[in-house]
Amino acid sequence: MFKFFKITCDEATTICDKSQYGEASVYERMQLSWHLLVCKICILYSKQNRKISDILKLKSDDCKKNNPCFSKKEKEDLKEQLNNFN
Amino acid sequence: MSQSNPPNILFPDKWVDNYADYLFNYAIARVNNSNIAKDLVQETFFAGLKSAKNFEGKSSERTWLVSILKRKIIDYYRKINSKKGQAEIRMNFYDSGDNEGNWIEERVPQSWNNEAEKNIENEELKNQLDKCIDSLPEKYAMVFKMKTIQQFETEDICKELNITPSNLWVMIHRARTQLRNCMEQNWFNK
Repeated sequence: MFKFFKITCDEATTICDKSQYGEASVYERMQLSWHLLVCKICILYSKQNRKISDILKLKSDDCKKNNPCFSKKEKEDLKEQLNNFN
Repeated sequence: MSQSNPPNILFPDKWVDNYADYLFNYAIARVNNSNIAKDLVQETFFAGLKSAKNFEGKSSERTWLVSILKRKIIDYYRKINSKKGQAEIRMNFYDSGDNEGNWIEERVPQSWNNEAEKNIENEELKNQLDKCIDSLPEKYAMVFKMKTIQQFETEDICKELNITPSNLWVMIHRARTQLRNCMEQNWFNK
């Protein structure tokens, strides 16, 4: 019956990436954990994947804090261009 | 019973003040580059002026401008797509023979030095990460950033870019695999 769970490393790592966003299905998670029992390399991959996710999380928080916008000067320029266009 | 509202009217003079920032935020979340976002907003205003006479007043000014901006964003993506070539093939695994779907030897993950863990928060790491993200093919990078940095819902991204979820996951997987290789070479095992 285990052949239902048998997947390649490529599929396993895709599921692993998906589960980083909490969007892998139950079936996929079962497939993945079965694969992780037999594949050391993918265990390492998923460990490191988690670390990368942590770093990306930091980056994402960082991005939300500073949102670059139009400066005053740019807005004035834009207004002038629009006026000329009319 | 229903009382029809008076049709909305456009005030192009006020556009920049009222909507520039809103539209910019809308665009930056989707293109992830402030210069491109600014260009897109600018184009939107011009396009708006050009077609102002077609405005029927059924929607608000802002909704109307956003719908123009959406078109502009889609056009932008189309342009990248045709430029970068549709068939960008990036193999991560053997795709034929006995080893199909398994690790290619040189891409097998290596263990990372523990040293790296201590530095996890510092600026250098973030810079390296930015560099690695920038080195991704634009098509993958876009999807990857939307999902990871901007944290959009899968469904929204699929709708916006007109792709299927499985398509999206494959792109994210490729982006992440490439990203981790890049980080491995330049950061963890330096």
